[in-house]
Amino acid sequence: MQPARSTFETVADLLSEICDIPREDIVPESHVMNDLEVDSLDFLDTVFAIDKEFGIKVPVEEWTEEVNANEASSDEYFVLGRLCERIDELRARAAASDA
Amino acid sequence: MRLERIDMIDRIVALDVRAGTAETCSTVPSSSTVFEGHFPGHPIMPGVLLIETMAQAAGLLLMARIGFARMALLMQVERARFRRLAEPGAVLETDAALDHDGSGYAVVACRIGSGDATVCDGLLRFRLVAFPNGAMRAAILARAAASGMGDWVRLPTEASIPVRSPEAAP
Repeated sequence: MQPARSTFETVADLLSEICDIPREDIVPESHVMNDLEVDSLDFLDTVFAIDKEFGIKVPVEEWTEEVNANEASSDEYFVLGRLCERIDELRARAAASDA
Repeated sequence: MRLERIDMIDRIVALDVRAGTAETCSTVPSSSTVFEGHFPGHPIMPGVLLIETMAQAAGLLLMARIGFARMALLMQVERARFRRLAEPGAVLETDAALDHDGSGYAVVACRIGSGDATVCDGLLRFRLVAFPNGAMRAAILARAAASGMGDWVRLPTEASIPVRSPEAAP
């Protein structure tokens, strides 16, 4: 039996495929825009794939507004390790609301 | 349809904002300067205008769902297939169905039919952004009203729609 893939592995694979980034370049410390140079269109493609993959709605618009208003650092949402933590929180919330 | 003005929707024939579905009807004009070039002696609707027809039907659906608080901007077309020619005089029925309601974006499955045949279909992705100015929002509201949107949802008064600078990308 294969072990369950981690959220990071899934998101990294999606980013690699959608944004044409070598998989080995994607690490938990990577900032999606600053390090991986993902543009906003490709990032929305990835968010769509994440939404579908995990059955959630990543609130990327709210996050962006917080960052633009200097209410949060972009690292909080767009460094991959942190992003995956947020995704796990959203998955847990979605699972709780389905129960 | 007024092709030269990119005015593609004649009439909204069904709209369910809760279900996320819309159906519109348009008649390809019998003559247009567009047909002088596309193509001489063989007038057919350009595929790009069929895409635009689907985009306008889907855009009206998305904006109606949020009370025209923002405008829908086409950002991606996936799996577009052109299956039949649409000639002058053809009546086109466009179906739009919400596929995914994301954060600041949405995906809509669209199909244009004529009679029993599918003319084209595709999956369209939109970004939902603030109206750039009052003229733009007034123009979109006027088009929506002219298409009969008011029969399906209450159209907002212009003053109630927010306008602001384009948002910065993440």
